[in-house]
Formats: sequence, structure tokens, C-alpha cells
Amino acid sequence: MDFAFILIQLLNGLQYGLLLFLVASGLTLIFGIMGIINLAHGSFYMVGAYLAWSLSSMTGSLTTAILLGIPLTVILGMGLERLLFRHLYQRDHLYQVLLTYGLILVFEELRSVIWGDDVHGVAVPALLGYSIPLTENLSYPVYRLAISGVCLLLAAGLYFLIQKTRLGMMIRAGASNREMVQSLGIDIKLIYTLVFALGIALAAFAGMINAPLSSVFPNMGSQVLIICFVVVVIGGIGSVKGAMAASLMIGLAETFGQVLVPEVAGMIVYVLMAIVLVWRPEGLFKRA
Amino acid sequence: MNRSRVTNILLIAAAILLALFPLAESTFYTQLLTKVMIMAIFAMSLDLLVGYTGLVSFGHAAYFGLAGYALALMVPKYEVASLWWTLPAAMGACLLFALVTGMLVLRTRGIFFIMVTLAFAQMLFFIFHDTKFGGGSDGIYIYVKPELKVGGFEVASLERLDHFYWLVLLLMAAVFLLLRRVLGSTFGRALVGIKMNEHRMRALGFPVFRYQLASFALSGALAGMAGYLAAVQYGFVNPEILSWHQSGAVLMMVILGGMGTLYGPVIGAFAFVLLQEVMSNQSWFGASARHWQLAMGIFVILVALYLPQGLAGLLQKVGRKPEIAEAADE
Repeated sequence: MDFAFILIQLLNGLQYGLLLFLVASGLTLIFGIMGIINLAHGSFYMVGAYLAWSLSSMTGSLTTAILLGIPLTVILGMGLERLLFRHLYQRDHLYQVLLTYGLILVFEELRSVIWGDDVHGVAVPALLGYSIPLTENLSYPVYRLAISGVCLLLAAGLYFLIQKTRLGMMIRAGASNREMVQSLGIDIKLIYTLVFALGIALAAFAGMINAPLSSVFPNMGSQVLIICFVVVVIGGIGSVKGAMAASLMIGLAETFGQVLVPEVAGMIVYVLMAIVLVWRPEGLFKRA
Repeated sequence: MNRSRVTNILLIAAAILLALFPLAESTFYTQLLTKVMIMAIFAMSLDLLVGYTGLVSFGHAAYFGLAGYALALMVPKYEVASLWWTLPAAMGACLLFALVTGMLVLRTRGIFFIMVTLAFAQMLFFIFHDTKFGGGSDGIYIYVKPELKVGGFEVASLERLDHFYWLVLLLMAAVFLLLRRVLGSTFGRALVGIKMNEHRMRALGFPVFRYQLASFALSGALAGMAGYLAAVQYGFVNPEILSWHQSGAVLMMVILGGMGTLYGPVIGAFAFVLLQEVMSNQSWFGASARHWQLAMGIFVILVALYLPQGLAGLLQKVGRKPEIAEAADE
């Protein structure tokens, strides 16, 4: 094991972790601010990936597909919030679980009806289709670096939005006291719709940019969803900072696990979760 | 006549009808009803957690599947094993696993609890899916069904559909009565108290954690019984029986039937499995029957939105009128 090999694994781990962060941050925001457990979050990741595939094969460019796909997923998110999720805010988590479980079934079958059950590949944009040579036979694809960069930019943007802007202030206030914010004359319903659509769009975007690496296949959402649950449990519910720390931790643990101890790699993240649960049942970054 | 006596008479009548069913000699429906009753045991075990202890587990398939795998791994490939030790052993394995996971998951509440139970179930799914010792994604065949003998005499042959049906019916009734007994005891009352107000129960001196753990373990063991029976019925196990679709389906049965009532989940299991059977019926719905999950998904969403008390809630609403009249008579 030489330096270049370790560097590649490190970059892969970081890239995977950052991608997980995009999905998990939406999940944790929707939990933390709206108090909704959204099992269908992984389905939006899948919808994003399939949109990237079908739109890019129609238009011939992944970039165009993403630019077209994002507004579509935002509209989807806002529509679902208005139609379904709005009725669940005051209800027990049990019904949220049930409704979003039903949504998964609906999304999986619609996917099968619209796009079929085959596995598809998506081409990397020509501009990013190069590799940086590290040694004679090892190189690193630029596209992966680009994904990491975009994820970092989005994470910074999310931090800025929530901590530094007026809208972010309203969102944070809405998380701690919905009634009070409403009586101060702020349209909390609109804010919830926006937060939900933002979370959905983040998950779908992650699916889109990852489509060339992971390819597009049925049930791809549930795999991501479960890992994101582990991220949220480790990071602490509603904590975006915690989601970032936990995503990177899991990304690195899983990537290095698959290289060093492939037999038990699938279990590593759950063992991590069990350790955190024993040590800190509320997650690493408990929200104040 | 008071309500509980009416309920008892209805339950006994239903049990008798079910017991007579295999005499009609319809292989397909006998098998279908056997499957329904196995799911009813599974749903009742989850109701103990969701409806009575206030713990929403979204990973209950873990115990169901574990028991199936326990049976498949315990029995020698072409030899007959006795039900007398394989069933308790499979349930014991589930009990142990529930104790260990329970110690961890019971440190969390609410949304966390839902996610952590799901994550542990997925962990088990990946263990059996990714490693070779459980046959990987193909699973394992159970070539020979366990035998049921008392002192050398074969009481029932599990190879025979009707005998197996009666065994499952008997076990379903036993689980129902056992749970009713447990829930009527001080322990059961305390569980409901914990569901209502955990802090108060703790202040009253109840060992809340131990009670919850006991409930979790009992629920896991009973789910194991259902999983064992399912493995016997199908003759094979694969990772699908551990999947979260299974956990979602059983939760759906509990809520559809009506949680917090023991007969509710049984009704829910009947309604859910039969509905699934109808929706995937090709001769009725043709090619679109292939996409029955779409209809099921919409149905699940509608139940979550409009039927929070489940079918048992509907029945109670219908049955309420005579009760008021009765009160006026007294």
C-alpha cells in the first residue's frame, strides 16, 4: 500500500461522505425543523438519478438534465408537502412512517411503470471526463473531484442560508416555536413548504450528480436512505453540523473498510452507530 | 350482554369457523389462510410494542427473519428435526437478539427509536445478504419440515397442509390468549402506564427500562414464532424475509387493524394479505396487476390520512350505539 493508493481511497471516502451529506442534510432538516420522519427521502434520490438519466439521454447533456431536473424536483417537493405532508405535522410519528412507507411503494412502482426495471449508465460530462495521473498505473477521475467541490460549495451555501440570512433565522425560529413565529406575522406554512422542497431538491441533486458513478437502478433509494438514517443518528437529530461530521466519518469508514476488511465492510457503519448509541444516545451534536 | 362477552363470543365463533375451514378442501385457500394467520401472530407481537408499550419499531422483520434463518441453519440438510426443540431454539435466538438490540435501541425515543430499529434490521439483512454462511442473496432451502411427535406418536404431520393449518391456528390462539393474559397483569398495566407517561411511572418507582426491555424481548420472541412458521410453510428462507418491506407491511397490518387492541392486528393481517392477493390477481386486473404495489401504496397513504384508529376503530364506532342503549337500561 503506497501513498497514491491511500490518497485515492481518502479522496473516494471524502467524496462519498460529502454526497451522503447532501442527502442526510435534507433528511435532518426535515426532521429537525418540521418534526417529520421521511422514509421516502431515498426515493427522491432515486427520482433524481432517473431524471438525470432520462433527461440527459433526451438532451444529450448531463448539465442540461440537472438544470432541468432541479426545478422539477422542487415542484414535486412543494406539491407533496401541500398535498400530503401538511396533514401530518400534528400527528404521531407512526402515521408519518406509514404515509412515507406508502410513498416509497408508489414511487418504486411509478418508476417501474415510467422507466422500467433495467440498469442504466449515465455518461460523465465531456468537460470533466478526464483523469489526473498519480503514478504510472493509478489515476484519479476529475469528475469525482468536481462532485466533492460542488458538495462543499452547497454545504457552505446551506450553512450561510441557515446561520446568516433572514430566511434562515425564520427557519431556526420556526423549529423551536411554530406558534410564536406565526403570531409574529411570519408565514410559517410557506417556510415549511420551502424547507421541505429544499430537502427534497438536495436529495434529488445528489442522485443526479452521482448517477454517472453509481449508475441508475431500481431500489437505489433504500440503500442510501438507511445509511442516511445512520448518519442522522450519529450526528444528532436536526444538526446540520452533525450530519456533516457523521457523513464524512461514515464515508471514510466504509471506503477504507471495503479495502481493508471487505468481509465485514457492510457492518462497520452499524457497529459505529451502536458505539455512538452507547456513548451518546442523542448523537454527537445534540441540538440545543 | 356486556361488550367484552360479545367480543368473546365473536372471537370463539371466528375461531370455530377458521378451524372448520380446511374441511372444505381448497388447497389454495388453506395455504393462503395459513399465511394470513402467521402474519397475524407477527402483527400481534408488534402490537405489544406499538400499541401497548408505545415503542414504534420499524425493524420487526429482524426477529421474524432471524427465526427463519435459525431453523434453516439448525436442521441437518436431509434429516428430520423435531419441532419440540427447533421452535424454542429459534424463538430463544430471537429473544437473545432482542435483549441485546433492546439494550441499545431503548436508549432512544421517538423518531430516533424508529430509525435505530430500522438500522439494526438492515444490519441483519446485509449480514445474511452479503456473507455466504446464510446462503447469500439466494438463501437456504429447508428440504424436510420439522416433525411433531409425542412419545413416538406423530400428532401432526407438517407436510400435510391441513395439519399445518391447524397447528398455526392453535398457536395463533395461544399467542392471543397469552398476550391478553400478559396485558391484563400488573406488568401489562404498567406497560400501558409507561406508554401514557413514562416520567410519572419512573417517579412511581417502576423499573421502566426493565419493563420495556421485557416487552421488547417477548415481542421479539413471538415475532420469531411467526418467522419460524413462515419458514416451515415456504420451505426456504432468503434475505427478503428480513427486508424493511416486511417491517413496513407488518406495521401496516397493526395500524390498519387498529393498534392497542389484540384482535385489531389479526383483522389487519387478514385485510392486508387478502387485499394484496386481490390486487395482484392477474385474472381480474390483467397486466396492470403486476403493478399492484402502486395501488397498495396509495391504499397505505389513505389509511394513514383517514383511518388513524384502523378497522377496529370503525367496528367500535359501529358497536357503540347498543352500548349507550345498554347503559340507559341499567
